[in-house]
Amino acid sequence: MLEIRGLSAAIEDKPILQGIDLTVPQGEVHAIMGPNGSGKSTLAYVLSGRDDYAVTAGSVTFDGRDLLAMAPEERAAAGLFLAFQYPVELPGVGNANFLRTALNALRRSRGDSELDAVQFLRLARAETKRLAMPEDMLRRNVNVGFSGGEKKRNEVLQMAILRPRLAILDETDSGLDIDALRIVADGVNALRGPDFSALVITHYQRLLEYIVPDRVHVLAGGRIVRSGGPELAHELEAKGYAGMLTEAA
Amino acid sequence: MSAATQTLDTVQSVTQSGYKWGWETEIEMDLAPKGLNEDIIRLISSRKEEPAWLLEWRLKAFAGWQQMTEPHWARVEHAPIDYQDLHYYAAPKRKPGPKSLDEVDPELLRTYEKLGIPLKERAILAGVDPASIEGGSQVAVDAVFDSVSVATTFRETLKKAGVIFCPISEAVRDHPELVQQYLGTVVPTSDNFFAALNSAVFTDGSFVYVPKGVRCPMELSTYFRINARSTGQFERTLIIADAGAYVSYLEGCTAPMRDENQLHAAVVELVTHDDAQIKYSTVQNWYPGDAEGRGGIYNFVTKRGACRGARSKISWTQVETGSAITWKYPSCVLHGDDSVGEFYSVAVTNNRQQADTGTKMVHIGKRTKSTIVSKGISAGRSNNTYRGLVRVLPQAAGARNHTQCDSLLIGDCCGAHTVPYIESRNPTAKVEHEATTSKIADDQMFYCRQRGLTEEDAVNLIVNGFCKEVLKELPMEFAVEAQKLLAVSLEGSVG
Repeated sequence: MLEIRGLSAAIEDKPILQGIDLTVPQGEVHAIMGPNGSGKSTLAYVLSGRDDYAVTAGSVTFDGRDLLAMAPEERAAAGLFLAFQYPVELPGVGNANFLRTALNALRRSRGDSELDAVQFLRLARAETKRLAMPEDMLRRNVNVGFSGGEKKRNEVLQMAILRPRLAILDETDSGLDIDALRIVADGVNALRGPDFSALVITHYQRLLEYIVPDRVHVLAGGRIVRSGGPELAHELEAKGYAGMLTEAA
Repeated sequence: MSAATQTLDTVQSVTQSGYKWGWETEIEMDLAPKGLNEDIIRLISSRKEEPAWLLEWRLKAFAGWQQMTEPHWARVEHAPIDYQDLHYYAAPKRKPGPKSLDEVDPELLRTYEKLGIPLKERAILAGVDPASIEGGSQVAVDAVFDSVSVATTFRETLKKAGVIFCPISEAVRDHPELVQQYLGTVVPTSDNFFAALNSAVFTDGSFVYVPKGVRCPMELSTYFRINARSTGQFERTLIIADAGAYVSYLEGCTAPMRDENQLHAAVVELVTHDDAQIKYSTVQNWYPGDAEGRGGIYNFVTKRGACRGARSKISWTQVETGSAITWKYPSCVLHGDDSVGEFYSVAVTNNRQQADTGTKMVHIGKRTKSTIVSKGISAGRSNNTYRGLVRVLPQAAGARNHTQCDSLLIGDCCGAHTVPYIESRNPTAKVEHEATTSKIADDQMFYCRQRGLTEEDAVNLIVNGFCKEVLKELPMEFAVEAQKLLAVSLEGSVG
């Protein structure tokens, strides 16, 4: 479903990604781990189409389509979702209004009928309840005045409502206490199935105890230096990045 | 190219095509010769069959105006205005002040229909029982076409409630005592250059009187349309809410697209007595000129309300999207103890538009309160200035003001400026001022687009969010119109 071949990218002429090869088959959850500055967030932004980054080499296909040629909103319409590491505040924009506008934009682009306010609220309330989030989350302005944990949970709520085919979670676990971490993990696990894939970017192994990945990749210096099963995360935890990178070198 | 740059391009691509009210009505006009002198003023006065006192009042204003010079303290620039090169009177060739819609030129009715203004009193005039069509959201409309009022709807229903709503020229004839008692008492003829000019040559506008204890049964609305070439529009509106009365009044404006600049210099006076309340809402969409700044309306307007009675309240809400130049400071003079003044404003400027707008809150009575919320949105190469005065006089013990001025920039060729003047002469008064300036950030745009919104939808959502505090003050029907207008003003592809 997601095929990354020799992907290199730079920001302001500074190379960050240096030839990434990665395949995420449909229905699988892959984890990307790596030390700070290894290029994890850059990968997430390049895949979702943020234009501060210049792709200097390589290709990315998503369901056989050239992902890099698509505008961010086209990628979203194709089913790609990014849970932001730092979710953005939109003052004055109600969460429910924002989500309904987004959901209807996606539905329109897929030729589905739009949901009216009543239909949408029924759906949104059910998802809010399922994720054990307070209902006033929908009434509040997008991420305004949210705590760090609330922002991350709001990302998961959006994901649950927008139902992506591929979710990229960019350090969604950072800054979360153990209860919030469980909620986030439950949100992802609830979506798991043959039509859902995920790329879980994390610094720590902790999240992967709750979201057990099919594959784990270690990113360092802009390249994937090792790939393996879930046990790779445990090995990393034991040896630390420094230990593993020495071995890999 | 960054998201903001793309947005900027989108915004800059707005040209005349975005202004969908720019057509012209072919109609035979009665035009006064160009130029301004005592004879022209006498002509206007006689066309309107005015009493002698009003002609004298006009001539006095004109004499004062001749001694005055055009003000240049605002942050706007324009070529010199030739006041002798304008027609000061333009009326569709028909007897002004028709008694019913049937007497109105059908071409005019079609004009207002095309503008989406419901002059739907036809049914009532045709003898349908008013009770059967009442309820729901009714709006009584006074339509002003160039210099004259062409139709006022729902008069009978209003009359039953004791509310007077008619063209001011008619009020001069039918209710001279009221007009004479209040006209020029809030904005004196000598107030400023444009107010003096208006006093000399005003041609029409709306008059509202709500008697003691009456809550006006429907929204009142005036729709202003400039049509004729080389004309100025100088309307005069006077609204009086007697003790305990309430009225909500809406004002909308459009004009054809032309490559000449047209002058609009209106005066609006509001008076509230004890416990009375006036809510005055404006959606101003005069033609803003094209992308290069050719044409557009020069909007030099004086709006002021006097809270004369205790516990009375005047609330101004404005959405300003049009005009090449906006020079406008709807103000409140808070005489009555515990009286309240409010100003909620959204001003959008795009392309080469210039807006210098804000308010004045003058606290005189004890415990008077005022609230100012101003949202300025600048795009293209426009300049948007908030200019506001809060003045607390020595006797205004316990006066309070809260001012919040927020500016939103789209792109980096536009300007936002905040010029607050605060004069407090009572130590017990509390005056607060907050101001912010922000840009639509790249990360906000990217966040929205990642969720599937197009750039235009994203700008729309962010701008509407930014203006929410003000838009929620508008009556429902107007709020919807205003939201659409914001989209059109900023986006180009819509409309």
